[in-house]
Amino acid sequence: MSTETQTPAPEKAARVRPPWWNRLPVLQQLRQSVGLQRGMLIVGLVITSVFVLVAIFAPLVAPYGYNQLRGPDGLFGAQQPPSPEHLLGTTVGGYDVLSRVIWGAQTALLVILVAIVLSVFIGIALGLLSGYIGGWFDRITIVIADAIYAFPSLLLAIVAAIVISGGQSSLWGGILAAAISITVVFIPQYLRVVRAEVVRVKSEAFVESARVIGASNRRIMFRHVLRNSTRTLPLVITLNSSEAILTLAGLGFLGFGIEPSAAAEWGYDLNKSLSDVTSGIWWTSIFPGLAIVLVVLGITLVGESLNDLADPRLRARRKPAKTPAQAVAAEKPVAREEMGDVV
Amino acid sequence: MTTVTAPDAPPGATAAIRKARGGGFWRYLLVRFLLIFPTIFILVSLVFFLMRLTGDPITASLGDRLSPDQLAERIHAAGYDRPLIVQYLEYLANIFTGNFGSSITDGRPVTEILLTYGSATLELAIYALIVAFIVGIPLGMVAAYFRDRWGDAALRIFAILCYATPVFFAGLVLKLVFAVWLKALPVAGRASTRTELKLQQLDDPTGIYLIDAIRTGSSSAITDVLTHAVLPALALGLLTAGVFLRLVRTNVIGTLSRDYVDAARSRGVREYRLVRRHALKPALVPIITVIGLQIAMLLGGAVLTETTFEWKGLGFQLAEYLSKRDFVAVQGIVALLAVIVALTNFIVDLIAAILDPRVRY
Repeated sequence: MSTETQTPAPEKAARVRPPWWNRLPVLQQLRQSVGLQRGMLIVGLVITSVFVLVAIFAPLVAPYGYNQLRGPDGLFGAQQPPSPEHLLGTTVGGYDVLSRVIWGAQTALLVILVAIVLSVFIGIALGLLSGYIGGWFDRITIVIADAIYAFPSLLLAIVAAIVISGGQSSLWGGILAAAISITVVFIPQYLRVVRAEVVRVKSEAFVESARVIGASNRRIMFRHVLRNSTRTLPLVITLNSSEAILTLAGLGFLGFGIEPSAAAEWGYDLNKSLSDVTSGIWWTSIFPGLAIVLVVLGITLVGESLNDLADPRLRARRKPAKTPAQAVAAEKPVAREEMGDVV
Repeated sequence: MTTVTAPDAPPGATAAIRKARGGGFWRYLLVRFLLIFPTIFILVSLVFFLMRLTGDPITASLGDRLSPDQLAERIHAAGYDRPLIVQYLEYLANIFTGNFGSSITDGRPVTEILLTYGSATLELAIYALIVAFIVGIPLGMVAAYFRDRWGDAALRIFAILCYATPVFFAGLVLKLVFAVWLKALPVAGRASTRTELKLQQLDDPTGIYLIDAIRTGSSSAITDVLTHAVLPALALGLLTAGVFLRLVRTNVIGTLSRDYVDAARSRGVREYRLVRRHALKPALVPIITVIGLQIAMLLGGAVLTETTFEWKGLGFQLAEYLSKRDFVAVQGIVALLAVIVALTNFIVDLIAAILDPRVRY
């Protein structure tokens, strides 16, 4: 909590390198934050870790399987209200709501991971090429990316889901379909972010010097430009993870989910509970819905805090730092405008 | 994303820009206008080729109902056995003349579907935007006023919750509480059957139920239409309200540190007046730009909201055709929405350019 940690400036970090655990993306921001902002970040981190843990240990935590219809005393029965056997009741299809909510976390996590890995790799590659090569290739990629970005992402994801699975499918088929649909929507964002950074870094002196000493294009691209162009990525990744969950739920809600016998998916369960609501059956919709809200809330809190901490206009002011120190803090904002996001 | 601001322009540049205003403005307008075409072209082509990867649409929608011979005949009649490139060029030509194809399952032209159901979606989107403005802008100012204090934190969490709640879940909860438990508002639909019959008797109905209801002059019809709109408008509007809240907050905080606001503060102007009179107006310009992006989000949200509330608009129809696997209709509606998005983006850019000279190149 000394003033030293307050400087995110790469110049200073290069001179006195703090130990590596202080330079990890999220931990560094955690140390930097104060007051309410720190509270928001911690709440977000706690919710997100619980989500990840539940997703990993779903087989141990869940009382029943996601597609289990009968227990030792026969069938569960459909639309049973919450009871000691079924803490959150059962669905219209006769599944245990609690178990499906817990298993749903696993599906969501898998989709996020696949979607993010795919879009990060493809997006970085395209952004790097586009920014580094420039010219016509750059212009065409940007026009295409902008066109895709302007389009309602859910509709694009629907089209992609139709192509990939033609609708419903197995566990991995469904997860891949959802993840790839989300990837199509995300690639333009990574491309934009990375490209903007590449264009900025490309004109820096150290790239120039590398060229002068005769480094190859590939070496410059990966070693000098790419390494210095990824500082906004943790932020974009957190924001996109929450969007991925919403898109997955939206796809599931429109009937492009994963069959209940293959995996549990929150959006699909909400779609099935649509008619329950009219007859006053609340437990089939409230719990999967709350799961979505909580997870998205948690991840967004982390993302928001990272964004605010990176933007000096929004960073909560440290009490003693009402002096020239603020000027130090005002270095290089990584505001979201820079990634082309207006939100 | 749709506009390029130039905050790095040197201070002397504003005078030069003002001098070159006529030329700069028209040039900007022309560039923006010409950009519509590649955007539409790219989206329409993308949708066409993606959809065609699944195979021909007739097998997808009718494959389980017709014999192979009948299928082949229908495929031949519709021309889906020709080379893809021929179909593509024909598709482009058709779109150019405003023909987006006909649905397979009920044979209705997509343009007709749009005319019938587009007004419902438009009505819902307008209500949602009104909710977003009423909720988002004042709350954003309040959050900026209480910056970094508990009021601010609570409002920001509210904004994140607006974003984190899927529209259909918000819709379900609103429905459960207000329609099922409190029985204060109708569960679904755009109007009760009686009102709908009354509205259909109008000659030349606009399809926007509120306007039609006002034209019938019956106050019960107007109340009926309005009560049906409350829950869908709230569900969809809160999503956008969260975005507006955050945007107003960020921008008001930004303008509050400007010199002219400092000058006003040193003259003894009260803080709440600073927020309301000095900082709000400059903060509203980015909102205009964001509305452009919000239109896309609203359209996506409308599909989900309309499905939740059986609001018979474009999104509801889209979901229906999706479940019937009628991909020609889906492709048509999606392509049409792409055109709408491209056009609204142009209009939004235009308004932003008129309001703020810095937006222009």
